[in-house]
Amino acid sequence: MGRGGGSARSRADVRAVPAELQVRLRVNGVLRELWLDPRVTLLDALRERLGLTGTKKGCDQGACGACTVLADGRRVLSCLTLAVTCEGRDITTIEGLGEEDGLHPVQRAFIACDAFQCGFCTPGQIMSAVALLAEGRAGSDAEIREFMSGNICRCGAYPNIVAAIRAVAGELGRAAV
Amino acid sequence: MQPFEYIRAADVRHAVAAAAADPAAAFLAGGTTQVDLMKDGVLGPEVLIDITRLPLRGVAVGGGLVRVGALTTMEELAADPVVAERLTVVRESLLLAASPQLRNMATIGGNLLQRTRCRYYRDLSCACNKRAPGSGCDALDGHHRMHAILGTTEHCIATHASDLAVALVALDAVVHVRGAAGERAVPLTGFYRMPDDTPNVENALELGELITSVEVPLLPVGARSGYLKVRDRASYEFALAAAGVALVITDGVIRDARVALGGLATVPWRSRAAEDVLRGAPATPETCAAAAEAALRGASARPGNAFKVELGKRTVVRALSMVAGLPG
Repeated sequence: MGRGGGSARSRADVRAVPAELQVRLRVNGVLRELWLDPRVTLLDALRERLGLTGTKKGCDQGACGACTVLADGRRVLSCLTLAVTCEGRDITTIEGLGEEDGLHPVQRAFIACDAFQCGFCTPGQIMSAVALLAEGRAGSDAEIREFMSGNICRCGAYPNIVAAIRAVAGELGRAAV
Repeated sequence: MQPFEYIRAADVRHAVAAAAADPAAAFLAGGTTQVDLMKDGVLGPEVLIDITRLPLRGVAVGGGLVRVGALTTMEELAADPVVAERLTVVRESLLLAASPQLRNMATIGGNLLQRTRCRYYRDLSCACNKRAPGSGCDALDGHHRMHAILGTTEHCIATHASDLAVALVALDAVVHVRGAAGERAVPLTGFYRMPDDTPNVENALELGELITSVEVPLLPVGARSGYLKVRDRASYEFALAAAGVALVITDGVIRDARVALGGLATVPWRSRAAEDVLRGAPATPETCAAAAEAALRGASARPGNAFKVELGKRTVVRALSMVAGLPG
């Protein structure tokens, strides 16, 4: 699977420049094929190679949640995920959320509830919130806060983020009745 | 990040053979510690063996045990109905750890092998006997708030960061490992190495050995268990002090007890001294207080973490009271 030598290369060669590897990802429903240094994170592959800059690089060390995406439907941190390990996986980013006719309900709720100030953490907040709702973790404000704790907002928009998620959970609850 | 050769393991035998052949190789599972430390230059494997596709995932119940595949994620184990009903301490230790995103990535095997959060270990400009054996320990005269007061030596005072491991040492879990020479089973209480004068050696794994599963004996029906974690913020933070406890109480008397401590010790800390106090004693606040005294006996604090002696005792008292249904 390697390009530029593979297993025939000496260890010293590998230490100097690792072979690029072929990686196939389904990103927002579209099959994408990349050749990547194995050190490239999913976050950098999305932003720098695929031009999907909606996913943000905050701390780049798994502490802030700004890089949250869905991998096979589960929320994960793209900054701590090596892209090469995602071969064949389904990745959903903020760009893949909306529908043909507009925004995702969580995106609409964030706007309606003024759930952001600077907006940098918002794509991660929204991806995390979409997953939280699918996980059934929006039973109370306390539960929403606990299960959103992996997404930090330096502007402190937390009360309105909770309100936005509560509003969507309420809509879903009404729709189910 | 230092360059490395990437290998996607085809099966367990392949993974173990590749690791055994090369002391500079490392396994990659959830990556939440491994990738983070590789970015910081703390770890620099020359070969990275991706084990995420191996068939080591899932939870099975039988014969009085829960058998957990090493690649089961933290969220998956926490969601298991038998774990929720019979191993409350395990579920709580998982859900009080990290964040949902990290719990979706991090595996059970990797959780047990996670590295310390000691800032001196993670900062390449600091002396650290764990990272660079023989270089010294800058934590000794540094900031101690997150450091250990039990099991410390003059070579290392770093805490073990896992909550799950605390619950599992309390429950006498057994780690199954596969190496080039075959399989073996290691009780988790004997798995972790105290720092002594080689804090870089953290566990009983030999070169190339891979954790394949963890077996957790079920608590007896009627046992109650829980995990209390005390920390600087309400969620998504490591423990200052934590206690995992399990009790069997009949007619107001404690028939069996398990106590383990987190956030306070260099390894997940089973307190048999506290258990000895509890077993056969009446389930009262006085008994809980006596057990807490026993659990923290021998603690060795530094100026920055002297508060942890009292905090540790109160954590044990509250955890026991919570599980026993006592006030406090």
